[in-house]
Amino acid sequence: MSTGIRFDGVSVAYGGNTVLESFGLTVEPGEFMALLGPSGSGKTTALRAVAGFVRPTAGRVFIGDRDVTDLPPHRRGIGMVVQQYALFPHMKVDANVAFGLKARKAPRSEIAARVAEALEMTGMSAYAGRYPRELSGGQQQRVAVARALAVRPGVLLLDEPLSALDAQLRSGMLAELARLHRELPDVSMLYVTHDQIEALTLADRIAVMDGGRLQDCGTPQDLYRRPGTAFTASFVGGANLLPVTVADGGGVHLGGTRLDVAAGGAAAGAPATLCVRPHLVGLGEGPNALRGTVAEVQWRGATHRLCVDVAGHRVTADLRELRETPPLGTEVTVHFAAHDAVLLPAGAGGGEGRG
Amino acid sequence: MLVHSPRARLAVQAAFFALFLPVFALPFLVIVAASLATGWSGAFPSGATLDHYRAVTHGDALDALTTSVLTAVAASAAALVTGTWAALAARGTRARRVVDLLFVLPVAVPSVVVGLSLLVAFSKPPFLLNGTPAIVVLAHTILVTAFAYQSVAAALDRLDPACEQAAASLGAGPLRVLVQVKLPLLLPSLSAAAGLCFALSMGELSATMMLYPPDWLPLPVKVFASTDRGALFPGAALAVVLMVTTLLALFAVSRIRTKAAYR
Repeated sequence: MSTGIRFDGVSVAYGGNTVLESFGLTVEPGEFMALLGPSGSGKTTALRAVAGFVRPTAGRVFIGDRDVTDLPPHRRGIGMVVQQYALFPHMKVDANVAFGLKARKAPRSEIAARVAEALEMTGMSAYAGRYPRELSGGQQQRVAVARALAVRPGVLLLDEPLSALDAQLRSGMLAELARLHRELPDVSMLYVTHDQIEALTLADRIAVMDGGRLQDCGTPQDLYRRPGTAFTASFVGGANLLPVTVADGGGVHLGGTRLDVAAGGAAAGAPATLCVRPHLVGLGEGPNALRGTVAEVQWRGATHRLCVDVAGHRVTADLRELRETPPLGTEVTVHFAAHDAVLLPAGAGGGEGRG
Repeated sequence: MLVHSPRARLAVQAAFFALFLPVFALPFLVIVAASLATGWSGAFPSGATLDHYRAVTHGDALDALTTSVLTAVAASAAALVTGTWAALAARGTRARRVVDLLFVLPVAVPSVVVGLSLLVAFSKPPFLLNGTPAIVVLAHTILVTAFAYQSVAAALDRLDPACEQAAASLGAGPLRVLVQVKLPLLLPSLSAAAGLCFALSMGELSATMMLYPPDWLPLPVKVFASTDRGALFPGAALAVVLMVTTLLALFAVSRIRTKAAYR
């Protein structure tokens, strides 16, 4: 059974406050879709509309071919994992996992086997007889995943499942979730997160949200290398955004400096936004050199982050750890390769100024 | 910590016990002493006897104890069901404030008034409960439901909706969510409420005085009647029995609560 999810112009308002506006998105059967956005962007609301915990003021939600907009949560046939695990504290791990099977009236003879299978899949078999309070956060989240998967849902909803875990556990769970997605090709997954690394690592496609609207949607590679809007560029991977004007005969002007960047079909004189990833900016002379003064230096272990003021604009460069860091206020030159830059038409996506 | 120096802390603790022990503990000790005494004319009781307790173990006194326990159990059960139901129903609705007010009403008005109002309301057919044990149970239920409601409503406010929602997403209907998830999570406060209701009902006198039929005489009424006609020491023995029964019930309930406190 493979089922997708479809949002058809879904709007949600809490007490006159619109938190999701005409949201349209299709998650293909078996696809891993990440909803990525800052807090308050409406991503969790969108997920809760699929789960049935919020009622849309307009639009329809489909799971597979079924219009589930008016169905209560327990008739929707979903699995759900939330940030705070939400395990039943009064039941042991195996009873937690069996809960959904009993609720869905699975044959009694099957339940034990399917509980064992789900716990096996998440590596929690050894803990079947424990209470949730006796487990660590990461283990609890594994049990929550097992509980959601035991009912073999067509759709798995994950609401910031890794946000409550510490960094090391998180990277372990990332790998686990990626493996689950490979092993369960029929399960569509909708994954809400504010962490771009999680989205880039796991998702087949990412839907970028801001202010209750869908800003951009595409594969991680597309969104990262060729962002469609300034918001996507800054939120996914934190790009440098520089206001430029398209020059005659190709290239752009940043202040008085001419930069060699493919302008595409943009008309000369048109305003545009130049987008360059910090790790693709180099220190020293090179193509597309920009002169400025060092405003800030952050040491991040393996890298140094240099913030350079170039003609009143802040350019961030992530450089391999420097032997000697330039003192604040000194003049430096940074550069980037033409093919590492993306030119966005000014005002693309309306996300500018939010950064 | 408000007082840091060990010596000062000792002094404060001593002052606390000097002030509060006579007020809280001494009266109970006096009752226990009186229940074992044949007379009390000086500073201390004179003559030790168990006669008063022997009288409690049979006849009227035993009936009164049974009556009290039955009334308290029935009233607590009814109050728990009503209060929980109301708290669940009122949760997150606009009617919440109204329901809050409604349930606090019997506590806000003197219980004599509650007794009188029941007497007036249920003395004529078709609602003729006057003269039956039911009216006593009803009065107790009304008086203690406020505490059951408040306890459960407060617990529901603290209850994380994530668990219920997880249960619903797994395919559990509202009834299954209630019975297998919500009620077990509420068990600690339900048992606390049960203990409180039981204790309050066991000690209720003023409304009961107005309502009790001759064949349904709870223990507090008996204690009152006994001391009223001057039989202080038998009354003290009855009071001790009342106290011990209530404490035993509270202890049993707190055992349940400890087991139910998962987090």
